[in-house]
Formats: sequence, structure tokens, C-alpha cells
Amino acid sequence: MHPEKQKHTFEPKIIAFVCTWCTYAGADLAGTSRMQYPPNVRVLKFPCTGRIDPVFILKAFQQGADGVLVSGCHPGDCHYIAGNFHARRRFAVFRKLLEFVGVDLNRLQFSWVSAAEGGKWVEVVTDLTEKVRAMGPMTEFRELALEEQWSGAINTPELEEAYNQI
Amino acid sequence: MSRIGVFICHCGENISRTVDVERVAREVGLLPGVAFSTDYKYMCSDPGQNLLKKAIQEQKLSHVVVAACSPRMHERTFRKAVEAAGLNPFLCEMANIREHCSWVHENKEEATVKAVEIVGMMVERVKKNRVLPTITVPVTKRSLVIGGGIAGIQAALDIADAGHEVILVEREPSIGGHMAQLSETFPTLDCSQCIMTPKMVDVANHPKIRLYTYSEIELVEGYIGNFQVTIRKKARSVDEDKCTGCGVCMEKCPIRKIPNKFDCNLGMRPAIYVPFPQAVPNTPVIDRENCTKFKTGKCGLCQKVCGPGAVDYEQEDRLIVEPVGAIVVATGFDLYNITEKPKGSMIKGYGEFGHGKIPDVIDGMTFERLASASGPTGGKILRPSDGKEPKQIVFIQCIGSRAREKGISYCSKVCCMYTAKHTMLYHHKVHDGQAYVFFMDARTPGKAYDEFWRRSIEEEEAVYIRGMVSRLYQKGDKIVVMGSDIAVGVQVEIEADMVVLATAVQPQAGADALAQKLGISYDKYNFYSEAHAKLRPVECATAGIYLAGACQGPKDIPDTVSQASAAAAKVMTLFAKDKLEREPIVARVREAGCVGCFACKKVCAYGAVEEKEIRDRQGNLIKVVAYVNPGVCGGCGTCQATCPSKCVELDGYTDEQIVAMIEAL
Repeated sequence: MHPEKQKHTFEPKIIAFVCTWCTYAGADLAGTSRMQYPPNVRVLKFPCTGRIDPVFILKAFQQGADGVLVSGCHPGDCHYIAGNFHARRRFAVFRKLLEFVGVDLNRLQFSWVSAAEGGKWVEVVTDLTEKVRAMGPMTEFRELALEEQWSGAINTPELEEAYNQI
Repeated sequence: MSRIGVFICHCGENISRTVDVERVAREVGLLPGVAFSTDYKYMCSDPGQNLLKKAIQEQKLSHVVVAACSPRMHERTFRKAVEAAGLNPFLCEMANIREHCSWVHENKEEATVKAVEIVGMMVERVKKNRVLPTITVPVTKRSLVIGGGIAGIQAALDIADAGHEVILVEREPSIGGHMAQLSETFPTLDCSQCIMTPKMVDVANHPKIRLYTYSEIELVEGYIGNFQVTIRKKARSVDEDKCTGCGVCMEKCPIRKIPNKFDCNLGMRPAIYVPFPQAVPNTPVIDRENCTKFKTGKCGLCQKVCGPGAVDYEQEDRLIVEPVGAIVVATGFDLYNITEKPKGSMIKGYGEFGHGKIPDVIDGMTFERLASASGPTGGKILRPSDGKEPKQIVFIQCIGSRAREKGISYCSKVCCMYTAKHTMLYHHKVHDGQAYVFFMDARTPGKAYDEFWRRSIEEEEAVYIRGMVSRLYQKGDKIVVMGSDIAVGVQVEIEADMVVLATAVQPQAGADALAQKLGISYDKYNFYSEAHAKLRPVECATAGIYLAGACQGPKDIPDTVSQASAAAAKVMTLFAKDKLEREPIVARVREAGCVGCFACKKVCAYGAVEEKEIRDRQGNLIKVVAYVNPGVCGGCGTCQATCPSKCVELDGYTDEQIVAMIEAL
């Protein structure tokens, strides 16, 4: 089924925020249909894409995710009437903000996957994994975090210099 | 300090084939907070569940993570088991290591690592889970039915027969709706009045049904199980309790030439009237716009002749508040009008058919009144213009329906069948006449429907022409019908005596305004939207409100009656318990932080967010905050993501829980 498994030097970490009614069920269908996709994705279930706060996406990147996927019901199919429309508006604006801040938008993907689209789930996850793998690790947030936080080491030259001055 | 129990399922071999379950159990066991971890062949089996229950009691577990299949499959199973062992069911979470892991990966090492991470994520999440009590809402076991057509009547009778009180509200002076106007019904050709009027009488006599005719819904407040409905009972000017229905007032009324809406304006009625002889209630109403007494203050004849003294010119509109637990909306339909519509309306009208100015071009409902034995012509098919019998009659289907250029793209569903019926009725009444039908397609799905349609052609000699009509115009006393026959590929011109248009079924005028009062959603045509097109076709997304009949979409009588009974069954299900239980996945407002911006209220699709006043002990207003009504909340969490001060939290999906999961990665 699989061609020769390639060894990669870098395995990206993908976090998927999905709604429980469409995309989570779609991913379940991919499982029951025994479709295969890269194991890089971790799925977080929400009742609705409308519940997904953009802060979660930032948090995911901050925690070392290399790619983030947000997926819910197709427009008009929302179990909660209109949650996905709110999500769509929110993320349209949020993408602009991320772009302005300098995050490569290729790391962040939005899609609609219905409960019947197991195949589409596999496609979306595989594509995003491959794309992010090619881009390499997401280091911007980690570097920022290192700059802002004390690393915990007590024998840095800077500290020693400071001690000497006392 | 949490004592979490983790249970890894083999699912036979489904999981253990690609995931090293023992290693997962071992590694997860080392996570902080995990007090117990084990693996078992079938967690969902009886021994598996007993293992879980035993471990909870023996190990004094505070939280549980079951790593097995999708929560969509067995979450309920394990939460029940956890509850049986004495823990709150919402302290149990499932980690999906089958559909999302073992079934979609082949490499055992990779799959095992992923499984450990998935379980680890759920362990972090479950630590933040809170005890959620089941929410119970009291239920008022009375129901409101809006609309007294066949849908409303059927729903009201079903609910009332089950022993629950029903408030039936009808806008017109009599119940009966459109079905009471019909002559005979397809596919059996039984007389509509004969099957309808007994049901109307049943409604009037039912001890559990309170009937408000000539009344409208003014205001709807509350939520499932607890609605407060304000009904405006319009002034009838006749006391219903005193009136005996003798009809002397109607005989004596000097104003006699008012077109009767019930007869599609073909017949005339007095200013004090009942819309039709079998009306329920059989209490007349004074049409104040046309009554001399109300216009000039003179006359007053009806009051003088009324034996019981029922006529009351001073009567005023009354507002009545009724508490109900469920609402059935059955407001029905109206027909597309080919006259020119005002600018901005989606409906365009038919200029090519003379915008309704040719007197002998009528719609299907007018034909029904002509064919009805109780109609203005006593059942004779006569032209409205000169009262002659039409010898050539043309029926045109799909007027407005399936015509995007006219503003409507849907199929009205009933026209193919009623046009076939019309050709039969015509043939039965005008033996030497000829009926022609212009049609696009004949859509006749339904029990005995296609046979009926074929009968109109094969036995009743209707000539069906596949094609549309481009123009109608008056020529002498004939109407020239210019159409095309696409089966033969020629232009057709027929000089008809009368033309009947099968105009589209549309929602009642004002359907949108009522929907806004009820807080239910509607589509671009103003048809009310069901919660799910296939699996919840009679429920609105707004809890406690149900749909019946053509207000949801074009429907024939059997479908309408089925849906009305289904809606009644839903109401009875709701009323079967004294208290309504629901999943406690609802939003909650942290009032201390709420600034009262009500951004949450704007995004809430359920109308669950209310305004709540916070007052000090002296009763001074401190601030107004949002309050989420747990009976109405759908649990989507859109409010929480929207709240700028992060003061709404969706139980079961709090920020804390989500962030804990992200941080576990």
C-alpha cells in the first residue's frame, strides 16, 4: 500500500482544531475506512469551530507546533446553526494579523471537512504535513520565548559578570 | 491532587495490532497525577466496565481516561459506568487511539508514540474537568399551536388526545385554512370539506383545546418548557359567549358587496360575516373597515336584530398571556401572485401574463373555489368575467416555481398533482370541453400519485404539452396562449376561454416577522428551517419549537398531516417527563468580570443570552451583565471565543481544559 517509507530528518508537529460534528466524525470515518496518513497530527475536539479562540492557535505555535489545522462543518452545515460562519470571519481577520506579525501563513490551514469526507481529511492532513515538513521547524516563537525567559542556567557569562560586580 | 485512572483498550486486536498497549499503559502511568494505569482486551465489555468500576472504588480514583475508540462511539458507555461507580460522569474522558491512531497508521513505533501523546493530552485535560451537574428545567405541560389549518388542527388534536392542554391560535375568523377552501383532494377525489369539517368540529368540542380565532401572536418570551406567549385577540365585535350562530345579523346587513377572501374574491359577503358556512367557531365577525356603523356611526342594524344581544361595537383587542411548554408552528402557505411586486421584492410577477389584469386568468385556488360545491358558483366551472362555461381551458404549471428568473428556484411539489386533478374535475363538469396542460416535468412521487396523473391523460382526455408559455393576451373574449411544445419542437397557440395558473407555494405573508418573535430561523424564501434536513425535520434549532406543514416547505395534505403528527409526538415526548434533563455542556457567565458588552448576545444563534441586572442591597443598579439561559443554550461555545473579557465559559470545553491539552504536546 505504501511506497518505500522515506526516512525524514524532520517530523513536524501538527495540531488540528476540529469540530466534533463534522471534521472529528470525518477523521473517525478515515479510521473506520482504514485510510492511512502521517502520524504527525494531534486532534483537539471542540463542539464547534465557533468555540475556537484564535489564542489557541498562538498557544499551539508557542508550544512548538509547526503547523495548525482548523477544520469544521461546511458553510451552511453547522450543527449549531452559524458557529462556523463566526469562525470563518474570525479567522479571516486573524490570518491578516498573523501575516502582519510575520508568521508564514502556509503553516496555518483552514478547511471544511464533513462527516462523510474521510478521504478529504486524509488529503488535508497529508498535504499540510508535507508542506510543513518542507518548510522546516517553526522556530520564531521558540526563539522569542528564549529571548524573553531566563533559561534557568546559572553559570552564563552574563551572570558571572554580574556576580563579579557585586 | 488528582488520582487519575487510565484504561487502555486493546479492542480485540484493532488497537493492539499497531499500538503497543502495554508500553502505553506503562509510560502513561509515569505521568504526574496518574495513580493507576492498565490495559484490557475489551474495555467496553461487561468485565471491562467492571474492571473500571472496581478500580475507581479500590484505587479511589478522582478522574478517568479511557483510551479506546472514538468518543462518538462509547463516551456515553464509559460515562455511565463511571457514574455507576460514584463519580460524576463528566470526570471521564476518552482518548481516541483507534480511529485516530491504530487504524490509520502502520508503523508500530510511530503509532505507539502517538498513542502515548494522545493519552497524555487527555490526562492533562481531565485534570481540569469539573463536576458538572445534570441540568433540569421544569416543563409546563401545555402547548401552543400557531395556525388552524390542517397541520395545526392535526397537531392540536393529537396533543390534546394525549391529555395535554392545547392553545390553538388562528389569524382568520375561522379555523380550516386552505384545506377548507379546496374542492376535492388528490389522489382519491374525496371532498375536502367532508374530511376537514369533522376535524374542525372536533377541535371546537375538545375539552383540552382552547381555541383563539381572529387572534395573532404578539410576543413570545421564555424557553423550552417555559414559554410565555402573549396573544392579541382582535376585536370581533360579536360576543362569542352570547352568539348562537343563528345568522340573522348576516341576513340583515345592508352592506352586501364585499369580495369574500375565502372565495378568492369571486363571491360577495356582508360586512358582518363568517368566511364560510361551516366556519368554526360559527361566530360572525364585523369587518370594521367596511361596516357603516364603524365608518359613519349610523346603521347598527345587526345589533338591533341580534336576539341574544351579542353584537358589541365597543369591543376592543384583548391581550392574553398563556404559559406553554412547547410551540408547534403551522402557519402554512400562500400562493405566488403574478401581479407586479414592489421594487426590492425577490418575487418578480408575470408581466407577460398581463400581471393578473386578464379576468379569466386565475390561479389554482380560485379554480378550487369554482369547482367546490359550496363555492360561489355552486360547483359550476364558469368564467369570472361573463359567467360563461369555458370550452377550452389551459392549465399552466410551474408559475413562479422552478423559475429562478421570477425569484423562486424550488419546486412547489403539489401543482403537478392538483393540475391533474383540475383537468379531471373540469372534464367531469364540462363534458364537451377540452383541457390543455403546459408542463415542464410531471413530478408525481407518492402513493397512487402517478396512476392518478396518468388517469388524467388516459381516461380524462387532458392534453399535456411539454413546454412553457411565453405570453398570454386577451383577444376578444378569448385568451391567446402562446407556448411551445418542445417534444415536437413547434410553437403552439391556443385560443382559450380560461387559463388556470399553478402558481408557486410560498410562506404566508409575515412569516419572517413571526419567526423573529419566536426566535427561529428561516430561509431566503421565508420558509422556516428545521434543525436538520434529514434527522430532525420537525424540530426547530430553537429548543421546544416544532414545525408542521407548508410553513417549512411546500407539502401536500398527507405529508402535512404526517409532519403534524410527528410534531405532536415530539411535544408529547417533551411532556412525558416533569422535568427536562439535558447535557450540562452549556455556557456560563462569570458575572464579576462581565462588562455587559453583549458581544455574546449578538453571536448567539439560540437567543440564549439574556440581560441580567446586578443590584446592591438597596436595590441600586450596579451593572447589567450577560446571563446564559441553560435551558436554551445549544453549547457551541461561539460566545466564549467572542467574549473580549473572557468571561463566558463553556462547561466541558473551558479555556483551561483546552490550554492544558495544548501544553501537553
